[in-house]
Amino acid sequence: MKYIEEYRDADLTNKLINELTSILTRDWTLMEVCGGQTHSIMKSGLDQLLPKKINLVHGPGCPVCVTPLELIDKAIALASRPDVIFTSYGDMLRVPGSTSDLLSVKAAGGDVRILYSPLDSLKIAQENPEKTVVFFGIGFETTAPPNAMTVVQAKAQGIRNYAMLVSHVVVPAAIVALMESPDVKVDGFLAAGHVCTVMGYWEYEQLSHHYEIPIVITGFEPVDVVHGILKCIRQLENNEHKVENAYARSVVREGNPLGQAIINQVFELCDRTWRGIGLIPQSGYRLRQEFSHYDAELRFPEIQSIETKESELCISGLVLQGRKKPHECPAFGNQCTPQTPLGATMVSSEGACAAYYRYGRYAKS
Amino acid sequence: MINNPNLAAWTCPIPLKNYPTIVLGHGSGGKMMDDLIKHLFSPAFDNEFLAQLHDSTAIDLTDTFQSVPPNRLAFTTDSFVVSPLFFPGGNIGELAIFGTINDLAMSGAKPLYLSAGFILEEGLPMKTLGLVVNSMAAACRRGGVLIAAGDTKVVNRGHGDGLYINTTGLGIIPESVNISAKNARPGDAILINGNVGDHGMAIMSVRSGLEFETTIKSDTAPLNNLVDSILEVTTEIHCLRDATRGGLAAVLNEIATASKAGIEFDEKAVPIMPEVKAACEVLGLDPFYIANEGKMIVVVPKAKADEVLMAMRKHPLGLNSTIIGSVVEEHPGMVTARTSIGGKRIVDLPAGELLPRIC
Repeated sequence: MKYIEEYRDADLTNKLINELTSILTRDWTLMEVCGGQTHSIMKSGLDQLLPKKINLVHGPGCPVCVTPLELIDKAIALASRPDVIFTSYGDMLRVPGSTSDLLSVKAAGGDVRILYSPLDSLKIAQENPEKTVVFFGIGFETTAPPNAMTVVQAKAQGIRNYAMLVSHVVVPAAIVALMESPDVKVDGFLAAGHVCTVMGYWEYEQLSHHYEIPIVITGFEPVDVVHGILKCIRQLENNEHKVENAYARSVVREGNPLGQAIINQVFELCDRTWRGIGLIPQSGYRLRQEFSHYDAELRFPEIQSIETKESELCISGLVLQGRKKPHECPAFGNQCTPQTPLGATMVSSEGACAAYYRYGRYAKS
Repeated sequence: MINNPNLAAWTCPIPLKNYPTIVLGHGSGGKMMDDLIKHLFSPAFDNEFLAQLHDSTAIDLTDTFQSVPPNRLAFTTDSFVVSPLFFPGGNIGELAIFGTINDLAMSGAKPLYLSAGFILEEGLPMKTLGLVVNSMAAACRRGGVLIAAGDTKVVNRGHGDGLYINTTGLGIIPESVNISAKNARPGDAILINGNVGDHGMAIMSVRSGLEFETTIKSDTAPLNNLVDSILEVTTEIHCLRDATRGGLAAVLNEIATASKAGIEFDEKAVPIMPEVKAACEVLGLDPFYIANEGKMIVVVPKAKADEVLMAMRKHPLGLNSTIIGSVVEEHPGMVTARTSIGGKRIVDLPAGELLPRIC
């Protein structure tokens, strides 16, 4: 497979690790922002090959994990309604709400469908005019353009029985929140390559300058990750702080203008609660006024007030801020497993706890 | 896939022609069901046992026991609910036959007789049933088994997904053969008879909402003949498992757990077609968890591994056979993989249904 296997090459990985080892003079803590990177690190066993001086902590970049419990419960309430067809990316279905999850709603008779393309929601809406199709629009800037496209298309095609339950979040605000937190000790960031493919990395230049911290745009294959780490460590060892692009085969500084245009057309920034972290100002997207017809929370006002209850054992908030590692949780691997998750980080394909559980128990035990 | 030129041209024989679709009466035990048996099932599965048309079939095993000394019966059952019914490389009927043949073959048994239970949904096109049944008949001929008993039920429209099939199989295990998932021992070699992931990705490529163009075809095939070739080389086979649902990862975990031994394999050694790899990348799936219908794991003592490998590679269903790993003393009950960059990771049982990732 071209453009993938080259980035999973053992020789190249080792060469980069050797170079990294040769410039290291002290311990450094880096945060990979995206859960996709966490999984790549654990799945490839890169964590065992990196020099011990590098401490990787795992960031909040798992959209499924940070979607607030309240919205999961709202999703469950909507999906349980007989007049609703609820559509979602597959990842969300096993995420535990206060008392249930979407897979259980499906088993109990709710019409819950997994989508591969959000635009399929519109097809389903056209085929089922007597129902309202509600799509769970979650994700970072990466999924924002295709999700925004559904609303634009619905409006253009006059499809009225479609709505989106929006839980979009953005990366730069999360980096600010982490840097402002006195408990988070990170020397450098590996930023998420796919988010920057859409948004570019100009937004990060001010952050890097203000907080005097290196930010390196990093891809997802093992060679990409080591490349990102190497660039970040080189800056740290040279006492530099700037934004560097270690994912140039996909990312340019300005990003994808078409993607950004449709985001701006449909969404506006808003304050948003991140599961396990709390409210972060200006950290999410909501639908603009002219698309309010498609806002599921406005369409179904009765789902507004839902009481939520988090597990008392789960420390996913600390994991998402890089303050704890998954295996430091007392519930990890016993009360909390992918079959019996207490928090979303144990479920998602980008969740740090799931990555540790699936790939890493051997190395950690 | 079975290339039977008559399949595509299959037309409903009179008097089934009067009913272009299945109706409730076809399962009522009356004249219509009789027509279905006489004009579709009996001619397709034609054999002396089914021709008894009795509540149960009497099977005289005298001749069978002359060729295979009477020792142990292998007995298995499986239900098939695949959607869609037809997919690149096969259909539900072939799966129902080969799946049960393979379950018998994994005990080292010689598969002999199958039963076929059909649950039909009212409104199923008669032509669809005809194609499936004739494909099953061809699959039986290929696998060397007979359908010796059968049953048909029809459920109301909306209470089924067109057509479900249950097959139960009987086979005889030769005296010298002792194959079990419990028998893996540290030092044993682990072999596979070819590419993994073909079946699951072929199904996904035609599943509603995901259709993508691909040349990937299901690998559905009867493995009993390949097992015979291995048993000719040595009866010292410790484990045989066909890597169906849950794929390679599930089967290796089952063996590790049952044998209380560790398993270690090399990711790069597992053969995967580039098309399957690419489709898995796009969908965020791991090919080691994708279902196969013609692949099996063979665990043999290291000393026999090369000989067994040669025998497998000579067989048409084992051309791409390879050694992927070994049974180890460490981490009993756990499967680990050597990754492409030289790291090590756990390969766990899948948590549940495979869910594609968000991005």
